[in-house]
Amino acid sequence: MKINKIILSFISAIALLLSTSVTSFAKVVGDKIVLGSAISLTGKYSSNGVHTQNGYNMAVDRINSMGGVKVGGKTYKFEIIYYDDESNPKRAAQLAERLISQDGVEFMLGPYSSGLTKAIAPVTEKYGVPMVEANGASRSLFTKGYKYLFAVLAPANLYLDVAIDLAVEKNGGKPVKIAQAFEQDAFSQDVRLGILEAAERTGSKIIIDDKLPKELNDMAATLAKVKAVKPDVLVVSGHTKGALTAIRQIAEMKVDVPMLAMTHCDAAKLSKQHGKNSEYALCASQWHKTLSYKDKFFGNGMKYAADFEKEFKYDPPYQAAESSAALLVFKDAFERANSFDKKKVRDALAATNMQTFYGNIKFAPGGQNVDKPMVLFQVMCNADGSKCENKVVAPTKWASAKLIHPIPSWSER
Amino acid sequence: MDFLIFQVPMLTLQATLDGILLGILFALIAYGMALQWGVMNIINIAQGDLVILGGYIAYFMYLWGIHPAWGVIVSPFIMYFVGVGIYKLVINKVVDRDLFISILATFGISILFMQLMNFAFGADVVLANSGYGTTMLFDNSVTLPNSKIFSAFISIVFAIGLVVYMKKSKLGRAIRATAQNARAAKILGVDTEKVYAATFGINAALCGVAGALISITFTIHPYMGLPYTIRSFMIVIVAGLGNLPGVAMSGMGLGVFEEFADYILGTEFRIGSVFLLLVLILVYRRFKLSRKREYLK
Repeated sequence: MKINKIILSFISAIALLLSTSVTSFAKVVGDKIVLGSAISLTGKYSSNGVHTQNGYNMAVDRINSMGGVKVGGKTYKFEIIYYDDESNPKRAAQLAERLISQDGVEFMLGPYSSGLTKAIAPVTEKYGVPMVEANGASRSLFTKGYKYLFAVLAPANLYLDVAIDLAVEKNGGKPVKIAQAFEQDAFSQDVRLGILEAAERTGSKIIIDDKLPKELNDMAATLAKVKAVKPDVLVVSGHTKGALTAIRQIAEMKVDVPMLAMTHCDAAKLSKQHGKNSEYALCASQWHKTLSYKDKFFGNGMKYAADFEKEFKYDPPYQAAESSAALLVFKDAFERANSFDKKKVRDALAATNMQTFYGNIKFAPGGQNVDKPMVLFQVMCNADGSKCENKVVAPTKWASAKLIHPIPSWSER
Repeated sequence: MDFLIFQVPMLTLQATLDGILLGILFALIAYGMALQWGVMNIINIAQGDLVILGGYIAYFMYLWGIHPAWGVIVSPFIMYFVGVGIYKLVINKVVDRDLFISILATFGISILFMQLMNFAFGADVVLANSGYGTTMLFDNSVTLPNSKIFSAFISIVFAIGLVVYMKKSKLGRAIRATAQNARAAKILGVDTEKVYAATFGINAALCGVAGALISITFTIHPYMGLPYTIRSFMIVIVAGLGNLPGVAMSGMGLGVFEEFADYILGTEFRIGSVFLLLVLILVYRRFKLSRKREYLK
């Protein structure tokens, strides 16, 4: 009996709590525009989740302090409700549901990673809630015909195809031999599709096509094959563990390839963890601070990086920069729509055509940003390897250093 | 492209050597599992997570500027007390219960450890650089990272040390006596409670050594423990309890099997093939057992 009573009082307490919290939020309260986001503060994406959150927060503070958002002659400020999705897609979908139907949020910011964005997109679509996301690049997000999803970043299949073009160019325009190893997740497999298309376009041949498991921490077999067949370019994409494992084992096994292209180098803090061993690796990046895009809120990439560093005590990875850009897009859309009607804001978002410090933003009908190319940087170190830097080498328009090709063999390094 | 391994003989050698070095490391983890399984009749699902925790200890030493190889001394020392702590808090309550309860309990510990490590150390994939070079054989066509050789060597040293300790020391004899018959040992004055705590501690210490070695050779991440649990479980199943040479052999066998599966089936089936092998072995064992039972009838 006693236990029953305790349970009963517990349930009623929770019910009371819920009933009071429902009324305390709404889409626009007083002078506040309330945005919602489920974000990975714990679980396996927590480090990138925090980068995302920092990026959002930085932009909110900046926009609010520089005059806020002007709609219908009135000034509004941004506010974000965050929930921790524990890096779990199911939880993320629940939280999106909760943000919209309980908290009354009418405008959403994306979570971190393609997988979680995929889980949330059907929910926001169902309720017709516009979502601007900055960290889901998987191509499948943009082929489902979602009307309320907008991504400020370039889709995943464009991550590394530049590298293949570069390899062909360095090979005197002749096709190249490609070895590739990709993790089996939505994002990496999309990167792989991009490589397949690039290979077909250039007539190149894929001679090793390995898939890496989720629990990957040993690529010795793949690399031994690479050593045996000597490809012109090796492409690896397996999130941070793929990047770290590849560099460690390439150095240990003294694998010589003329070109090594990867994703997730800055998230892996590649040059910090591996020093000189990571030198010459080519990395795909959505953004780099030396790019010369401009806007009036953050100035340019260098200024953004400096301000971010001042506030959060680390150099901003591109995950933070694109998240900040998402807020700029929202602000722009609200002002053009001059309304808080979801449909009108959605149409304004679809018509976005602007430049931010992060890059140009213009959405294709599928919702992906088509106006911002990927950049490739190369890790370059000083003579003793104590200081390594990422220098943009492609596309040529943004290059701040010349590509070093081919990579010197290990016996000369 | 398929079966490249059979066209290039050096790759076969490379895969075999890689597999053996890897297998010795697996065998060390499996040995800890066999020990506590034999003594306490507990299958420790948290085995892999203890390994990862041990790896983090070496990683933090590396961050503080100490060479991570010292982790193989420091990490087991700390992990021993972690193990004893876990025993005192949880395991002593389930040690006499049936196997299912203890599996549930250690499964819970495993989840708790994963989340705590994620919380405390972050979700980044990390590694400790040993700065050991590479041994090249046959004109650079077979490469063996010295860190892998170091790992195998240290694993062997610890395994031999433990065998000797079990044979010679008083505690070792008490542990063996308890494994044979806990009740009889108790009657003869062995403090089985202490023996259990020590056994769990020793197991955790072995995991600590293995973890330190893994942080030097591979990468560590809070959620990477389970494959190590599965592998050691499998090695123990194949070898049987209390069969140390068997553990070493099946460890190396598994290592080589994994490497070859990687070459022939593809990297994506590497861990899958381990699971498949586990299922096959369990089915085979069951089959053999049922035949024996019929015979008894």
